This record gives sequence, structure tokens and C-alpha cells, in this order.
Amino acid sequence: MEFAELIKTPRVDGVVLHRPFMPTVEGTLCLTGHHLILSSRQDNTEELWLLHSNIDSIEKRFVGSLGSIIVKCKDLRVIQLDIPGMEECLNIASSVEALSTLDSISLMYPFFYRPMFEVKEDGWNSFLPQDTFKDLESMTDEWRLSDVNKDFNVCPSYPPLVAVPKHIDDDLLKKVATFRHGGRFPVLSYYHKKNGMVMMRAGQPLTGTNGRRCKEDEKLINATLRPGKRGYIIDTRAINVAQQAKARGGGFESEGNYPQWRRIHKAIERYNVLQESLIKLVEACNDQSHSMDRWLSKLEASSWQTHIKEILTTACLAAQCIDREGASVLVHGTEGTDSTLQVTSLAQIILDPGCRTIKGFQGLVEREWLQAGHPFQQRCAQSAYSNNKPRQEAPVFLLFLDCVMQILRQFPCSFEFNEAFLVLLFEHTYASQFGTFLGSSAAERTSLCLREKTVSLWSWVNRPQELERLTNPLYEANSLVIWPSVAPQSLLLWEGVFLRWNRSSKCLDEAYDEMVHIIEYNKELQTKVNSLRRQLAQLETEDPLLQTP
Amino acid sequence: MEHIRLPKVENVKLLDKVSPRRRSRVGVLYLTATHSIFVESEVGGRNETWVLHSLVCSVEKQASTESGCPLIVRCKNFQVLHFSIPRDPDCHDVYLSLQRLSQPERYEELYCFSYQPNAEEDVRRQEWAFFDFKADYSRMGLPNAQWKLSPINQNYKVSNSYPSDLFVPESATPPVIVGSSKFRSRGRFPALSYYCKKNHAAICRSSQPLSGFSARCLEDEQMLEAILRSNPRSDFMYVVDTRPKLNAIANRAAGKGYENEDNYSNIKFQFMSIENIHVMRNSQQKMLEVCELRSPSMSDFLEGLESSGWLRHIKAIVDAGVFIAKAVAEEGVSVLVHCSDGWDRTAQVCSVACVLLDPFYRTLKGLMVLIEKDWVSFGHKFSYRCNHLIGDPKEASPIVDQFLECVWQLMEQLPCAFQYNERFLIAIHSHIYSCQYGNFIGNSQRERTELRVQERTHSLWSYLWTNRADFTNPLYRPDHSQTQGLLRPSTSPYCFKFWKGLYNRFDHGMHPRQSVVDYLKAIQEETQQLEDQLASHKQKISQLEQEQKWGVTWAPAAFDRSPTIWALSTDLALVNTPQDYTGGFITSSPHTPKAPDHNLISPPQDSNKTGDSIFSNGSDQESGIADLSCRSPLSEDSTKDPDSDEAVYSTA
Repeated sequence: MEFAELIKTPRVDGVVLHRPFMPTVEGTLCLTGHHLILSSRQDNTEELWLLHSNIDSIEKRFVGSLGSIIVKCKDLRVIQLDIPGMEECLNIASSVEALSTLDSISLMYPFFYRPMFEVKEDGWNSFLPQDTFKDLESMTDEWRLSDVNKDFNVCPSYPPLVAVPKHIDDDLLKKVATFRHGGRFPVLSYYHKKNGMVMMRAGQPLTGTNGRRCKEDEKLINATLRPGKRGYIIDTRAINVAQQAKARGGGFESEGNYPQWRRIHKAIERYNVLQESLIKLVEACNDQSHSMDRWLSKLEASSWQTHIKEILTTACLAAQCIDREGASVLVHGTEGTDSTLQVTSLAQIILDPGCRTIKGFQGLVEREWLQAGHPFQQRCAQSAYSNNKPRQEAPVFLLFLDCVMQILRQFPCSFEFNEAFLVLLFEHTYASQFGTFLGSSAAERTSLCLREKTVSLWSWVNRPQELERLTNPLYEANSLVIWPSVAPQSLLLWEGVFLRWNRSSKCLDEAYDEMVHIIEYNKELQTKVNSLRRQLAQLETEDPLLQTP
Repeated sequence: MEHIRLPKVENVKLLDKVSPRRRSRVGVLYLTATHSIFVESEVGGRNETWVLHSLVCSVEKQASTESGCPLIVRCKNFQVLHFSIPRDPDCHDVYLSLQRLSQPERYEELYCFSYQPNAEEDVRRQEWAFFDFKADYSRMGLPNAQWKLSPINQNYKVSNSYPSDLFVPESATPPVIVGSSKFRSRGRFPALSYYCKKNHAAICRSSQPLSGFSARCLEDEQMLEAILRSNPRSDFMYVVDTRPKLNAIANRAAGKGYENEDNYSNIKFQFMSIENIHVMRNSQQKMLEVCELRSPSMSDFLEGLESSGWLRHIKAIVDAGVFIAKAVAEEGVSVLVHCSDGWDRTAQVCSVACVLLDPFYRTLKGLMVLIEKDWVSFGHKFSYRCNHLIGDPKEASPIVDQFLECVWQLMEQLPCAFQYNERFLIAIHSHIYSCQYGNFIGNSQRERTELRVQERTHSLWSYLWTNRADFTNPLYRPDHSQTQGLLRPSTSPYCFKFWKGLYNRFDHGMHPRQSVVDYLKAIQEETQQLEDQLASHKQKISQLEQEQKWGVTWAPAAFDRSPTIWALSTDLALVNTPQDYTGGFITSSPHTPKAPDHNLISPPQDSNKTGDSIFSNGSDQESGIADLSCRSPLSEDSTKDPDSDEAVYSTA
């Protein structure tokens, strides 16, 4: 298919762009296969480059012969383009609509994007499971890498290589896979070096209404327990939801069959409940009524902060079981691709200082989200402004990022990355020139040949100039477990995402720069003092009079 | 001392209000003339909790249970202490004693009259010289051709709640002032609050006019005319009534009311819809109930916050302040502000406008001056509003809390614009209520003069200034663009946040575990040292080079220490404590106490006054409960809560 077919009017002059908190710009609007571009004629400094895939919805308005289109983006920005001429306006609107809703992944921009920077370290090779496993091997020999899923036949949403208990063979894994939702048999998510406890994740057990049992499943997870030790199963669903799942063939581990495990149910919401929540929250943030009561009641009604509290609490609970109770943990919900991953990845942020570095966090996203089969393609197809009927969209990953932001705010010196890094990840999950978040599983990514045909986001991020922008100046490596507060008073709205386009960030940016300045100046002085000290020492040793005793 | 029925109770438990399942602390409760002191009887470190009687807001005795008789002490600084006293009669005695001790009947009983830090009399007298009323006005460029200092209220004859020295328009003659004052509630005639040197616009304040349905007063009209004319570039002025219109109309029936635009030449009249002291009191009460909820859900909290209406009121005050500040700075128009009596809402709005308008009021000294000017000297009724003495509970209202919160809200939006930090606001808040210093005693300048406050008590401002290092904002630079001229905050609802730093101040677990302010301060301190080292190294090097040239012996001085390594945070122990994430699912045992809190309320220095000399020697005397923060597990060696596992399993 040629993009040109979809572009009815490639270029319009005299278009006026309105953006919040920025002066209006008049210029020429151009449509390309993947971008909406507005460049001002006076000089080329003011430009708008908008990926079509970032457009969530557009609205048309007409006043006389002047048409306006209001473009609402997945990153929650809203811009307005005044386009002279009714026909041009209609053409632009329908072209943008068509281009922003292309169904085929292989037509997406990452397949056409050629990097304008030198790729020093190919992000596609930065986080290979083999390498990650080497770290694990240095700590314990109780686990092995299994390639039972090398053809994606045992579990379509798992990667080819997974870590499983050493003494569990592949045949047993295949049997367990038939007993777990989506074939997602329990695999290692995290090994806690301090006490050797582990966190595993899986799909729900397919017990069904008649309480089907799988001895192999029991054997597998029991193999992770130390003699005489008990473990915890954290089911991310409320008990009644888990009960209802039985009717559809799912279920949960019964006390009788899993006597060494204690099950805890937590109620993390899923799917359209979360999508609805996002839509309501964004609507509340965009409300112009200036009424405090309305704002607070809309914020409450969106339930977004409730979800944050619930997810964070569950992650803290999992971390507490591992670090404080000295117990191993198995986490699952229904599929094990959403709330499960929120819990396992946040627990690692709490427990493992390594995950709080920039590289470590990328590794976490790679392991616990991309490799673990979170269906990014489906979850991030639409954002808060879409008028289309939601299918499988849900801001699961955004909620995870928001929870990380909450912890970062409470431990401002314990993270190597800053808020900008989290915002960047949010943006790229919804629209990106990079292939990292395309597809919904390792299998899909392999068949799309993303590794060969697209550039990895990590290739771009892990360059000095980007890293500098994303590094938290306050960072001081903190080897401790960090326990966040989950009191409602401690959990704040993530302004950097939800109010980003509704208020000027000038003053807060200035404060950030000031902070950087204070720290940079200190470092500069330290260098100076050290070099003077060396010079002084040298002078003293050179002094012949001082040599004599 | 005669009010202390029981000076000492043993085996008292202090419960953790947030996580009641946690182990409570056992200790001895002492009642002294000025403080309640809980001394934890644990082997090793002796943890003490000091509570000033004057900070006690209410004492509640609940029905006794098997484990003891609960006594809840709520403080004006939002600390809540849950005691459990073994014997009911003892509890009753403590209850009655605290009731009496926390509600003095006479000013003389207040703590400031007995508070005697080791200071010479002339030092004490100098403390009061710290604030100079006229200095701030001369900073504004007054007196000048338009404004003069009027001696008319010298003996508080015209208005007994006004200060003796006031600035009025040059053209306002004594008969006009007196006439106007007779037409205003409590004689509070229009007087200058702030003057903008650059464009001659001014903020004046007064009480409501006694206009009723149709009354007029020529002198009052002349007074406003005089204010208008003292701003030659403007052909009109605003009259801002900070009340909701309905309230103002209702006042007309009582012979009070608001200015009729037809009777005054060239005024533009504006209502501001800030509610009265009773609404504000109830609103804060509701909000505090939300703060006190045990493990509330997000909905409980947000619904409670909304229905309290607190943030709506805060927004209304900031909105009014922004309106006035813009009128003065952008339009160059003078403003007369009033409410009913002109000592609550008027004080709030004028002082918020001043903070927005003038960078000086965003400095440490400036905020003190502002509070002294618009609150203390203009007769905000501190002793009534803060319940310093036993009195009409309907007079109490958190008006000044709201002002401090408005400043905090602005600081959140404009982090580089203020020289002071959140701790400064909290320290001022505490001491407005503590009665440790004389500044806020009484309801007017006249009362303070009669009480001879300046001769008998100490001044808070000098204490704060001495400790200013604790209260400065590391991000502040006087030359930063953010702090220049008029501040333009956003007043969208989402820009207002719940101030947990004040209202949940003692729930340490809720606050960020690492402080950016402390971190940056440590860096700045180190930078200072580095600068000194740099200079001294340079000097030594040049000296050495000289000496080598001349061959003179030089004895090496000891090298400076390498730069001090500042710790990540003093609260690392805190970092390592999970909270109750389970609602009782998994509990472990408590933890060693944390280092003491900031010593905002100093304990008495004089051991005789405390009734028990051992306390004055304690190194970690404090007003807060330091280790409420560690409501949770656990050092590695901690013993396990015996039924913790049971709880988990039974629920599974």
C-alpha cells in the first residue's frame, strides 16, 4: 500500500498552530506517511513534528470558511490547527484519521525510521536472557535456563528462554503449561540475593469448577521452597473474582493441594476498568470549570489514585514476604500478563537497588514486561481521547510507571533516573520511532523481525547526551530495600504526565535546573580543590628544605 | 502547680495511632507545670516525648477497656497522642489536670511569662528590637508626599484594635479620619497596608461600613476619595469585600454592610466569597478527621478532603490575593480591602497579596515583618482565634493557618521564589499556638502593651533568625528570575495540594524518606568548605612558591580534611522499614527509635520550672514523638510478633 493514496492534500499554507502555554505559530502544514509537520515560514525554528501514531482522535470545527482541527494525542497533549479552506481542512482531517489508524504493524514508522545518530551499543543486544542468567548463576546454582519454549509452542507469550528450578525437566514444564492459563507455567522473576528467596510469576491454574489438580505444577513450585519453609501465593484478584474464574476453567491454588503455600488475594483492577479510569482522570485534568469541589470529586471518581494505591500495596506486600518474612512468592492473576507484571516489577524496584539505575530499569522493563509478554500492541493502541470502542486497551504500563514515580518522589535520592525518563517511556509505549514496544510478545517480535528491521529505543537512550538528560542529579547509590508509604496522603497525582499540558512547567523546570547547578558547581569545586591539593603535595616534596628531617 | 492532681503515672502506654497493632511503648507519664512528659522505660536509650500544655487542643477520655483507660490528647500542632493509663482514677486525674493546665484562665498563666532561656536582660530586650514597624514603611518609601504617619490612634482612642501608628493619605485630616472611623465597625477606618513605590498604587484595609440600607457618611466618602487621589495616575479604585455577597447583604439588616457604588466616587466594588471564621473552623475540623483516619482508602481520603471544603477555601483566599496583587502591580490601581471587622479575611488577603507583590516578603525577614504588620499590629485576634485562654470556642478559627498554607501552596508552585522553606512556616505555626514567645499573646497591640509583653517575654522572631540556617530554601537566589516582581501563580484547582507536612506532620511514615532540601543544603555547606579550601590552597601554593624561590623554611601545616562526606540521609534506618501494607496480614515487631525530631518547641531550660530536674538534662528532649515514624518492622534481630503468621494464614 502506498501512503500517498491516503494523503489527499499533502500541503497547506497559512495554517495556524495553537498549543497550550506556547505562542501560536503560522506556517505550512505537510502530511507525510508518518508525520504531520508544521513549519513556520519566518524561520525554521518553530516546527511541529507529530507522529500519526501519536494521534488518539481528531475533531473538526468550522467557522465560515475557516476550518479547525483539534488533534488529541496519546501523550495527552491537545493542539489546534486552523486551516484556511473548507476542503483542505476536510482532506487533512480524513487523511490524518486514516494514517493514524493503520492496522498493520509493519506499516508503522519504526520500519521506516533510519537513525540520525550513531548506534554505539545496539539496544537489541543489551538485555539478552543469557546475560541476565549469568548474573543469577553467580548467586545460585538452583536454577537453569530452559529452552523448552524455543519455538513458542509451549507458551506463545513467553520468550524462548526462561529460568526454572534446576531439577525440573522440560517434559514436566510442558505438563505444567497445560495447567496454567496461556501456557504460562511458573518461571523465575526475581532472586533475592540477601536471603535466597525468589519471586515467580505464572498464569492462573486451570482448576475449573471440579478442582482439577496437577501434581507437576505442585512439584514445580514446591521445588523453589527451602526445607520446612513456606511460601506465599499472591493472587492479584479479589477472592470472589478468582472464584468466578473457575466457571471459565480458571481458578486458584487450593489449600489442600498446596499445603506449603499461603494464598493472599489482592484486588487489582484490569482492562477496561483501568482504561475508563484513565479517560475519566484525563477528563478531570482538562476540566476548565475552576471549581475545587468538582476537581476533587472527579479525581476521586476516576479511581486512578485508588489503582495506584492498590498496585503499590500489593507490590510492597510481595516484597515484604520475600525480604521480611523470608518466604518465596508466586504471583499471578488471570493471564499473568498485566497486574502480575505490575506487582513483580514494582517489588523488584523496592528490593533490588540494581533496578533503580537507568540500565537496571531498562533491564527490568525488558525482562518483566517485554519478554514476559505484556501485550503492548493491544494495551497501548489507544489512549485517553479515543472515541473508538475500547478493545483491549488498558494503561497497565502507565500505572506501573506512575507507581515508580510515587516511589521516586518518596526516595528522591535513590534512583539514578529522573522523572523525564519515566515520561519518555510513557510516550514511547504509545507512539515511537523505535521498535522496542511494537508487538505483544517475543514471538510476535520475532516474526516481525524487529531486531533486524527497526532500531531499539535503548540504542538511542544509552548515548551520553540522552543519559545526561535522564540522570537524576541527586542520585546516591542506596543498597537498601526501600519501603514506600502507601497512605493516601503520600500518593500524589503524577503532574508530569497528567497536568503536563495544562500548566506551565517553567517554574518547576527552573527549580530543577537550579538543583543541577548547585550539584554541578560542587563537583567542579571538588575537582579544583583536588588538583590544587596534588599540586601542593608536589611542591612540598620538591622543597629541598622539607626533605631533611 | 496546684492544678496537677497527679504528677506521675507509671506503666502508661503510648499507642501508635496509625498502626494500632504495633507494639505500644510503655513508660512513665509526668505532669509538670508546663509540659506533659512521657518517658519510655526501655533499657538503653531513654526516649522522651514532651508536650507543651499550651499546645494541647483537647483531651478526651474514653471508656476504659481491659488493657487500660484510653486518653487521647490532641494538640494544636496536629500531633495526636493516644495514651492508655492502667487505672481509671489515675486516668481521670490526668484528664482533669490536663484539662485545666491546657486552658489557662489568665494571660499570666501562659508559658511565655515563665519561659526563661538563659539570656541576659539586654539580650532579651534586643530581641524585640528585631522588628521595627517604621522600617518596613520606609522601605516602601514612606512617608512621602501622598502618605503620612498619623498619630491619631496614639492611645488607641479611635480604634482600640488598631496599632498606634498608622499611615493615611496626606489629605486625610483628623476630622475625616475620626468621622470615617465612626462609620466603620470597631472604628477600623481605612489605613495603609502596602504601598507600591513604583506606581503609587496602595493596598488599604478597614472594616465594613455601617451603611445599613441607606446610611451615608461624608467623611468616609472623603476618606476613600483621599486614598484614590493619593494615586495620581489612576482614576478609580477597587473596593474589595472579601465576604460572599449574601453575607454582606445580611449584614445590612444589622446596620452594617458594604459600600454603595453610587455614594463613592469612582470605586469599583468586588465581592470575593471567602467564608467566615465559623465555616473555616468546621472545615478544618472535618479535614483533621480525615487526617486522623486509620488506614483510609484513597476514596475515603479524597471524599473527605472534598467534603471538608478546605482546599476550596484556600483557593478562594489565593484567588482574592491574586486579584489584589494584579490590580496593584498590573493595573496600577489602589485597593481598599475589608470583610466584617477587617481582622481575619482582610489580614489573609492583604498579606497574600503582599507576598505575591513584593520579593521582600518572600525572604525570611520579610515574612516575619509581614506577619508582624498585617496580623499582629493590625489586630488579628490571636488569643481568641488560637484559644490561648479558656474562652468562647466559637471565637477559635484557623485563619492564620490558612495564610501560612497559602504561602506554602505558592512555594510548591514557585520553588525558587522563596528564601524560606516549609519548616519555617511550620515553626511559625507551632509558635503562634505554643505561647512560648510573647509575639502572639493577646488580641491587639493595646492588650500586648498593657501586658507589657515586650518587657516580660521573649520574641519568636529573634529565635527564628538565630536559627535561620534551618529555615532557608537551598534553591533560592535573590537574583533568580522567578523571585523578581509579581508572582503569577496558577489558581487552577489541581494546583492546590493537601499539606501533609503540616496536618500529618507527626506521621513521619507518610513523608518522603529522603529530603531534597537537606541533601542540597549539605551540598551547599560542602561547597562553602570547598571554596574556603580552594582559597587556602591557592594561598599556600603561592606562599610555597615564594618560599622555594627564596629558600625559606616552611613548616607544613596539617592538611585540611578531605571534603566532608555527607551522608545520604540521616534517616536511612527509616528507609529500611516497611509499613503496614497488609491491613494486619503480616506484622512484625517494632524497631529502634529514630533520632529526635526538630526541636521546634524547646523544652524549658530552667530545671526548677519543670518540676523534675532530670528532664532538663536529657539530650533528646523534644516535642514530637520521634519514633512514631517507625511504626513498622524491623531490624534483622527483631523478635517476631507471635501471632503474625496466624493472621496471614487464617485470612488466606
